[in-house]
Amino acid sequence: MKKRFFLSGLMAAAVLATSGAALAQSNTFKIGLILPMTGPFASTGKQIEAAARLYIAQNGDTVAGQKVELIVKDDTSAPDVTKRIAQELVVNDKVNVLAGFGLTPLALATAPIATQSKTPMVVMAAATSSITQASPYVIRTSFTLPQAAVTLGDWAPKNGIKKVVTLVSDYGPGIDAEKYFKERFVLNGGEVPESLRVPMRNPDFAPFLQKVRDIKPDALYVFLPSGIGAALMKQFAERGLDKAGIKLIGTGDITDDDILNGMGDVALGVVTTQHYSASHNSAVNKKFVAAFEKANAGMRPNFMAVGGYDGMRVIYEAAKKTKGGSGEALLEAMKGQLFESPRGPMFIDAQTRDVVHNIYIRKVEKVNGELFNQEFDVIKDVKDPGKSK
Amino acid sequence: MLTILFDGVAYGMLLFILAVGLSVTMGLMNFINLAHGAFAMLGGYLTVVLSQRYGVPFLLCLPVSFLVTALVGAVCERTLYRPMYGKAHLDQVLFTIGLAFMAVAVTDYWMGSQQQIMQLPDWLRGRTELFEDTPWRLGMGHYRLFIIAVCGLLTLALQYVLSATRFGSQLRASVDDARVAAGLGIRVNLVFAVTFAVGSGLAGLGGALGAEVLGLDPTFPFKFMVYFLIVVAVGGTSSITGPLLAALLLGVADVAGKYFVPKLGAFIVYSLMIAILIWRPHGLFTRQGGK
Repeated sequence: MKKRFFLSGLMAAAVLATSGAALAQSNTFKIGLILPMTGPFASTGKQIEAAARLYIAQNGDTVAGQKVELIVKDDTSAPDVTKRIAQELVVNDKVNVLAGFGLTPLALATAPIATQSKTPMVVMAAATSSITQASPYVIRTSFTLPQAAVTLGDWAPKNGIKKVVTLVSDYGPGIDAEKYFKERFVLNGGEVPESLRVPMRNPDFAPFLQKVRDIKPDALYVFLPSGIGAALMKQFAERGLDKAGIKLIGTGDITDDDILNGMGDVALGVVTTQHYSASHNSAVNKKFVAAFEKANAGMRPNFMAVGGYDGMRVIYEAAKKTKGGSGEALLEAMKGQLFESPRGPMFIDAQTRDVVHNIYIRKVEKVNGELFNQEFDVIKDVKDPGKSK
Repeated sequence: MLTILFDGVAYGMLLFILAVGLSVTMGLMNFINLAHGAFAMLGGYLTVVLSQRYGVPFLLCLPVSFLVTALVGAVCERTLYRPMYGKAHLDQVLFTIGLAFMAVAVTDYWMGSQQQIMQLPDWLRGRTELFEDTPWRLGMGHYRLFIIAVCGLLTLALQYVLSATRFGSQLRASVDDARVAAGLGIRVNLVFAVTFAVGSGLAGLGGALGAEVLGLDPTFPFKFMVYFLIVVAVGGTSSITGPLLAALLLGVADVAGKYFVPKLGAFIVYSLMIAILIWRPHGLFTRQGGK
């Protein structure tokens, strides 16, 4: 008797537990955040995760009556791992939305999974133009390289830069950055006597920079993944290119806010174009930077953090609108969102699902002893030029 | 023109200091140490941490990197490497590449994966230009001059030790035939331990000097493993002039290749190596009679 009572008690408990789990299932809104948390692009992952957690801390962990669960996974920036994790998140965890994606190949590897499972996929970092075309479920909150490159191609000839040598890392985004800049710059009457592509794992820039010096252009246009940018910048000064009157211009990746201070004074005066600077002058941004630095022991947010922060906002707003929905409905609610981000006004184009925002022209300056990308000009509402073709 | 040559020589000198330890251990004990780059990385990180975080003068960091890396090398030799000497080459390769992977992961964990940024003291930052406005213009970064000077002195010292001291003759005897040398009363194990430590220390010093020029991140051992192996393969393992000339050739070819044909840049070195190895399969500078 006693035994039977115990058994039935156990069963009741088990039933309760499972129903409890089932209840929890329908009452959570799951976000699967896949990021490179280790390896050479770990800083991207760190920034985005910190930003996502900050957004949740500021906006509460419930949305439309459901508890938000953020599942962060490390893909070590290997595309096959990203794909496998995405699969697990969709099948086992039944996430409402996939997010993150530090690099172009990682996003492209995951796109088919988003399509098959009809799960919205919010790209918070990867910047090659074609990503949003890889799946109708992709929404992008970061930026595209052509946006920055084309803006610079417009600005340079108007500011006395007529002859430019380009130097990019030899991989997807680098080639995007070279192509779009060159096209626009030549169209505006500029001249590009030489286009250098350096291997991704390049130990020494000396020969390339010597070549640039001997060509004597007005400026050197650079795209490199951020960490390597610092080395280039130092060798640029060491080789005396600045004294030879050659300017350094590029997309914002080379003066990444995260490591700008470590570069030292050689970075002063570098002109770049990008959508975000930690010194962007707006109330929203000041609040964001202060909160981010407070929550992360003084780490300065960079453009990756903003992509993550805005991505979370897009997800939250869509979840509110659809009362914690998923699939098609959630995707529709993400399209066309228009709001003020720390970067300035931004808009998710409903047709292309890509971000439309201002591109700022900035110069590295010293403010209160720290280096910042100070914005001094702006091109409003730049659409991705890669989509018009 | 001369500038390219100058940069190439500086680069080659650096490669030589990094790789000479590997060449000696390979020649001496017929042991393939693919984790050699990890010692170089250790030296590099020591210098970066000491000089950037604790404000130790750069010139003091260099000997410290040398000594600490040499010490670590000696400890590793005694505990990890020695049991592997008798094993087959494949076992050695697997073992040491495993060590290299572990070094990468540990560095990643402690230091983060980002490229380390090194600020040189002011007196090393300048640049001197000679023969301006002639085709033979020579621009020399002071830091590269410093590298050439340091590495040149080290090479002379090494050459002196090898050719004119008792230890040098013991080492050369052990390289030529370890068993006979042991039979003559040379303590081959000790000779090897010291050589390994000094080789590791030199790698550490090379890493410290190279942090500025080559860049420093946790993948350093793998990025440069290929270059070390080329130096050793082309230069042979029986002398130090061989690796020296091979390293200079590699440095100059790499820099010149990237300057004149940037599109082919990275390939030039490899094509050169293939050509040389087809022509002289045992390396450019092998001595007759050695092992």
